Amino acid sequence: MSLHLFGAVDDPGPSFAELWRRVRPGTPLPAGESLPGDVRHATTILALRYAEGVVMAGDRRATEGVSIAHRSLEKVFPADRHSAVAIAGAAGPALEMVRLFQTQLEHYEKVEGALLSLEGKANQLSQMVRSHLPMAMQGLAVVPLFAGWDLRRQLGRIFTYDVTGGRYEEADFHATGSGGRDAKTTIKLGYREGLARGEAVELAVRALYEAADEDAATGGPDPLRGIYPIVATVGADGFTRVPEEELAERFRAVLARRERAGGTTGGDLT
Amino acid sequence: MTMPYYVAPEQVMKDRAEYAQKGIARGRALVAAIFDQGILIVAENASRTLHKISEIYDRVAFAGVGKYNEFDQLRVAGIRHADTRGYAYSREDVDARSLANLYAQYLGQVFTHEMKPLEVEILVAELGATENDHRLYHIAYDGTVVDEERHSVLGGEADVIAGRLLQAYRPGWSLGEALRACVSCLAGPERQLGPSDLEVGLLSSGNGRRAFRRVAGEELSGLLAG
Repeated sequence: MSLHLFGAVDDPGPSFAELWRRVRPGTPLPAGESLPGDVRHATTILALRYAEGVVMAGDRRATEGVSIAHRSLEKVFPADRHSAVAIAGAAGPALEMVRLFQTQLEHYEKVEGALLSLEGKANQLSQMVRSHLPMAMQGLAVVPLFAGWDLRRQLGRIFTYDVTGGRYEEADFHATGSGGRDAKTTIKLGYREGLARGEAVELAVRALYEAADEDAATGGPDPLRGIYPIVATVGADGFTRVPEEELAERFRAVLARRERAGGTTGGDLT
Repeated sequence: MTMPYYVAPEQVMKDRAEYAQKGIARGRALVAAIFDQGILIVAENASRTLHKISEIYDRVAFAGVGKYNEFDQLRVAGIRHADTRGYAYSREDVDARSLANLYAQYLGQVFTHEMKPLEVEILVAELGATENDHRLYHIAYDGTVVDEERHSVLGGEADVIAGRLLQAYRPGWSLGEALRACVSCLAGPERQLGPSDLEVGLLSSGNGRRAFRRVAGEELSGLLAG
């Protein structure tokens, strides 16, 4: 390794991705072929706003074709102190994208001595998704979900993406991945403006439960193995993982609600 | 055609060293000391935005004195080195020693091969798991590396300040004690330094994964008041 020094003209600036391209040119991808066999896929993720920030959650299952490849995969990560990123799609490139994104945000912060704005972070992720498009065309699509606390505007914001790197801001909530539709519908029915933290966490947990109920690729809570979804909140005080005991408790509440409704439906909405 | 004058290599080196030393001595000094929770770095710096002390990686900090543009270029190169290494291998594989060696090689090469040596002196500090594992690498303008034990002084009048610090140093002192002692060592008997003259950073295990943080504003005034 040598010291990475550049002239004023070709300096990569505070961009880690640009720096990485200069110092470690990667192997080019085989063009126009799709991969043989099944690749690990990560599934349902969601985010919703509450009074003091955003809740982000994801189930723990990874699938390879019709088999379960992993039971405790983590899909929700802190991007930096005040934002979170969750992934759905091909797990390998998605996890790599998260690592690059985390490194990029920290790199910028250290080199510039200042934080990127939340919108700046969202745009950075958009560029990463776009540069991944050739692989997405080969069937390895990565669709992240990004949410964070906007320090300047003092509010929680949610951004969604498509495979082309298109970036869309959501007003209140979003869910994506194979169980995304079911999760989103559940949130839609239970959502209202200004939810308290506890209510928002419970709604997230409930949405994942309903998604797992309908979608084979989404994992539900697994009390026998002690595996629960990852749920995190991002507010003015930063990224916080919701502790497992609390999630277990919330799941019991969701189950109790179902039981009251006879066990086959989700139960009362509020 | 005129022939260039012959200058003895000893003389060339001496001149370059003198040039670099003069440049460094013009700037204000910087002190680093180990305290009970980690490593404290205190610099005399009137600017709020042009930093002498910065974060490199989770447990590694950088400090420089001398010409700002030169040590800032080294700071950015250090962050690049650490981030690319951490990304290529793992976060645990980033350490201060490899970075200190790279800095030393670069400074040494510039000192011997370029017209003008870099007018900087830098410090690479690493927070260890225990007090004995903390590292302070002091790298001079010619690439000389010194692995310092408990404290380190960089910049103008370093010898005088180091003498004072040697007297004042107490193993296991608290952040407040260490800070006040470092500031009075920097100031000397004739001067007083207030919060607006200082830049303070520390590496402490209490800060989570990223151990570096700045001490400023009310916290700094409070600690100085004791």
